[in-house]
Amino acid sequence: MNCIIIDDEATARAIINHLCNQTPQLNVVSEFPNAIEAIKFLNQNEIDLVFLDIHMPDFTGFDFIQTLKNPPKIILTTSDTNFAIQAFEYDCIVDYLVKPIQLTRFQKAIEKAEQMTIVEEKTSVQKQDGNNDLFVNIDRRLVKINIPDIYLVEAKGDYINIKTELKNYIVHSTLKKIEEKLPDTLFLKVHRSYIINTKKIIDIEDNSVLIKQDIIPVSRANRPELMRRLNFL
Amino acid sequence: MKETPNLNYVNELAAGDSSIKTKLISIMKKEFPEERAEFMLYMQSANYTKASEQVHKLKHKINILGLQEGYVLAKSFENDLKKNIISLNKGFSKLLDTIENYLNTL
Repeated sequence: MNCIIIDDEATARAIINHLCNQTPQLNVVSEFPNAIEAIKFLNQNEIDLVFLDIHMPDFTGFDFIQTLKNPPKIILTTSDTNFAIQAFEYDCIVDYLVKPIQLTRFQKAIEKAEQMTIVEEKTSVQKQDGNNDLFVNIDRRLVKINIPDIYLVEAKGDYINIKTELKNYIVHSTLKKIEEKLPDTLFLKVHRSYIINTKKIIDIEDNSVLIKQDIIPVSRANRPELMRRLNFL
Repeated sequence: MKETPNLNYVNELAAGDSSIKTKLISIMKKEFPEERAEFMLYMQSANYTKASEQVHKLKHKINILGLQEGYVLAKSFENDLKKNIISLNKGFSKLLDTIENYLNTL
C-alpha cells in the first residue's frame, strides 16, 4: 500500500515513518507538515493510505478529509482521545491511533486497512460484473443500453433524452433518477438539464463543453468539479 | 514533580537499532527548543489559543519521554489556555526545563 504521512510535528512523522518501515506491506511515498501541501499532492497522485494528524493549526485533519471528493483510506493519529466518536462518522477512516503509537497497535490498524481493501475490491468486482447495462422502459419494452456508450443525458420536461454513440432514447424519467444509476467516475451533472460523460468531451470553452456535436452549458456551480476531473498538462 | 524523563518508548520503538534511536533523539533535540520558543512567544503576547496549540504539540514529546504526570499537567494546561487561564504556567515551564535539561544530556 502506498501511503503518505501528514503531521505538523517532525518527531511524529519520523516515528510513523519508522513504524511503516517495520511493516513490509507499506511504502511511504511522501511526508507533509501540513494538510494543504498534501491536498495538492493527492490531486496528482494515487495513494492507498494516509496517516493523518487531527490536531494541526489552521487546517485540521477533519478539514482535510472534507476537502477530498474521494478520500483514500485514512488512519488518524492524535494525542487526544476526544475525537474518537467524530472520527468514525467518516467511512474512509480505518482506525484511530493515540500517540505515542506502539508497533503492535500500529500493525493492527494496518490489518484493518487491508481487510477494508479486500472488501472494497470484492464490491468493485461485483459492481463491474453487473452494472455496465442500463435497462430503460420504451413503449412497454425494456431496452438495454451500454452505460459507457452514453455521452449525454438531457432533461426534456417529464422525459430524458439519453444520447449514445448509435442511437438516442427518449425515456419517461428524471435527470435525478438516472444520475443515481450512472457511475460518477464517468458522468457528471454540469447543468440542471444535462449530465455528460466526461470521457467524451472534445473541448471546453468558457461556460460550455463540446461533446460529440452538442454544445452543452456548464453552470457556474458545477464548473469547479468539472475542472477538477480533467487531466491538465 | 518526582518523575524523570526516560527513553523507554524510544528504545522499545528502535528495538536495538541505534540509528533510529539516534535519529529520533536528534529530531527531538532540534524540534523541542523551537516548539518551546514558539510557546513562550505566544504566552508573552497573551495569545493563549496559539499557546494552547503549542502545548498540544509538546504533549507528544512529554509522552514519548515517559512523563505521565507531566502529560496530565500539560493536558489540563492546554484546556485552561483555551479559557485564558494561565495558572499552570509555572508548573508547565518547570516541566519544560526538566525536558530541556534531559535532552541536553543525550
